Amino acid sequence: MSYSLAKVDQIIDGYGADKEALIQILLDIQHEFRWLSRETLMHTADRLGLPMNQLYNVTTFYKHFSLVPQGRHAVSVCVGTACHVRGATRLLDRVAQGLKLSPDETSADEKFSLKTVSCLGCCALGPVMVFDGKYMSNPTSNEIAEIVEECE
Amino acid sequence: MTKLTSVSALEALREDILSRRDPKKTKVSVCSGTGCRAYDSEKVIDSLKAKLLDQGLNDKIDLVTTGCHGFCELGPVMVVYPEGISYFKIKPDDIDDIINETLSQGKVVDRLLYVDPEGNVITKEHDIPFYKHQNRVVFGSNQSIDPENIDDYLALDGYKALATCIGSLSPEEVLEIVKKAKLRGRGGGGFPAGQKWEATRNAPGDVKYVIVNADEGDPGAYMDRSILEGNPHSVLEGLLIGAYAIGCQKGFIYIRQEYPLAVEHLDRAISQMRELGLLGENILGTGFNFDIIVHRGAGAFVSGESSALMSSIEGKVGEPRPKYIRTSISGIHGCPSDLNNVETWANVPIIINKGADWFTSIGTEGSKGTKIFSLVGKVNNTGLVEVPMGMKLHDIIFKIGGGIRDGKKFKAVQTGGPSGGVIPEDMLDLPVDFDALDKVGSMMGSGGMIVMDEDTCMVDVAKYFLEFLADESCGKCVPCREGITQMLHILRMICAGEGKPGDLELLEEIAAMTKECSLCALGQSAPNPVLSSLKYFHAEYEAHVNEQCCPAHVCKDLITYHIDPAKCKGCGKCLRNCAVGAISGSKKEPHVIDLEKCTKCDTCFLVCPPKFSAVTKLSGKEEL
Repeated sequence: MSYSLAKVDQIIDGYGADKEALIQILLDIQHEFRWLSRETLMHTADRLGLPMNQLYNVTTFYKHFSLVPQGRHAVSVCVGTACHVRGATRLLDRVAQGLKLSPDETSADEKFSLKTVSCLGCCALGPVMVFDGKYMSNPTSNEIAEIVEECE
Repeated sequence: MTKLTSVSALEALREDILSRRDPKKTKVSVCSGTGCRAYDSEKVIDSLKAKLLDQGLNDKIDLVTTGCHGFCELGPVMVVYPEGISYFKIKPDDIDDIINETLSQGKVVDRLLYVDPEGNVITKEHDIPFYKHQNRVVFGSNQSIDPENIDDYLALDGYKALATCIGSLSPEEVLEIVKKAKLRGRGGGGFPAGQKWEATRNAPGDVKYVIVNADEGDPGAYMDRSILEGNPHSVLEGLLIGAYAIGCQKGFIYIRQEYPLAVEHLDRAISQMRELGLLGENILGTGFNFDIIVHRGAGAFVSGESSALMSSIEGKVGEPRPKYIRTSISGIHGCPSDLNNVETWANVPIIINKGADWFTSIGTEGSKGTKIFSLVGKVNNTGLVEVPMGMKLHDIIFKIGGGIRDGKKFKAVQTGGPSGGVIPEDMLDLPVDFDALDKVGSMMGSGGMIVMDEDTCMVDVAKYFLEFLADESCGKCVPCREGITQMLHILRMICAGEGKPGDLELLEEIAAMTKECSLCALGQSAPNPVLSSLKYFHAEYEAHVNEQCCPAHVCKDLITYHIDPAKCKGCGKCLRNCAVGAISGSKKEPHVIDLEKCTKCDTCFLVCPPKFSAVTKLSGKEEL
């Protein structure tokens, strides 16, 4: 999705351009555009009257923020404790192999992003992979390859 | 909705809701919590809704879409009331039978019932061992409540405790009840909630805050999410009661953005409260003013720590500060701020309604009431369980949890998340409460209970927790930042087969330093998983260091994959599934793994049919 500063302004105004709502504002912007561009950060800093330093401080501290574009297809592997003892490391290896990506990487064509998450709360299915919102329990290499194939 | 301007108006509304409800009417409760959603419960609900409408049954049958019932292992879960018939693992295709048999004729659909390990079929929820041994004080209402409908909460005496407090008790009296109930914080520390409230109440200042800590960061624990998803009003009511007792007009809910459904239900609940006049100015005409702001966390484990959480609410980086002065005295903007966990707040209305004496009649000497645990890992009945404090670990894991999966042997249970420790088999008689867990080097934490079997490597588990903590440590203080990093380095070397004599002693030394010198609880408790596993599973560490052997066959660098020629029937399944072409062999002839090519991805081990079990992992000096 391309960036629109008008949309960013709308989000900032929704919080009354309150400095304290910085994290909430950034969460909404990230939700809208999947990542935070430098231009947006500068604009947000300007609108809230905050130094850029603080925006970088916050966006690099919290895991959810991404300063690089994210892939069109989001793949997460749960590495929570319950999934770990049920083989999450092996699953992560298989997914990484299937996507040809390391965890926290996005493919050059912005097709896939691979992330690890700590506990999705569906421990009964563990180890779990979430592919574009669809939960899968311990898929094999072939099953992963099939989904990758199907993606545009 | 009209605003309620008095306590009697609230009671009138409740009577009106109840008068429109027939307890004898058939009610179908289907779980739509995150766990069941992962099993497609939404399709089940949509299909049921459409078919009830189609057959003109929608007036005769109440369909309630609820939050988590707890038995996540067998989702999607459905209960048919008033009989209490429980169905599990429901597929959209099962709906016709449920309507035609159960809802139309009162007959039970046998294939959807629970079957215990001995093969007995159980019809009713309260007869199923998973539920039978629980005491679901906080969590029990979940299956009767549509979290998006405040009427369901009101029908179950919702906001009655609030009305009692602000209508007829003084703040001091409310505080006394909570103190007398000896409610301890469910988020990990176990600090007495009443004492915390009192400290904030007595702290100087006109502006004070109450906060819900819903930054449930422990991997493997999800009870807070399930309470907020399934019964958000119970937490909100508790918060309002606390605010009244402490003297606050503003509260915050700090919730992880990773819990979108919980955020959605919370937002909905808050707006319903506002419409009814349960938030805002002059609540129920009593002169009590209160409002709530929801703050989503952006993903930082350390931000669940009280001072870090408060700094995050101020829009800053969520790093802890030294707490020479507690946050209950100086928190958000330097104002006295009381922070309690979701489950703690949810207990408050129950204590007010049922009394402190009733509450203290449950539990042990030092830990009163119940606790919700997420019973996960290698246990048969995975899910959320609520038990009285003091129940033996053995009973939780074997009676409720149904024992270990796949007939394997129990090895350890890990409690308290990354701050807790592992507890071995000979301690299974331990009564679970705050103090007993502390004594054995673990902790209650937020209630994660991860069961491990013989296939779990304890060194790997310790490494796992340190990897998590190394990633989540904010890096502000040296002991935590460097201590965790160095311990992790040693464990990585050990798991890679490069451990050396003296490593275990050095681990203990660094652990002691990290525990002693770290700034906040994250660092102070970070060594627990290492220390407790070193204490109870020393031989396993020694095998890794001295023999380069991982007895549980987990550490990748210490194992190799082989196919046992005596067992392999040459079915070719592993060969077809191997992603790197490391397996060769003709049909019906034993296959062979090329160790040079093998990436140890475990696929062959997973796909080898159990009747053959020909793929074997070897470590150290083990031979086929």
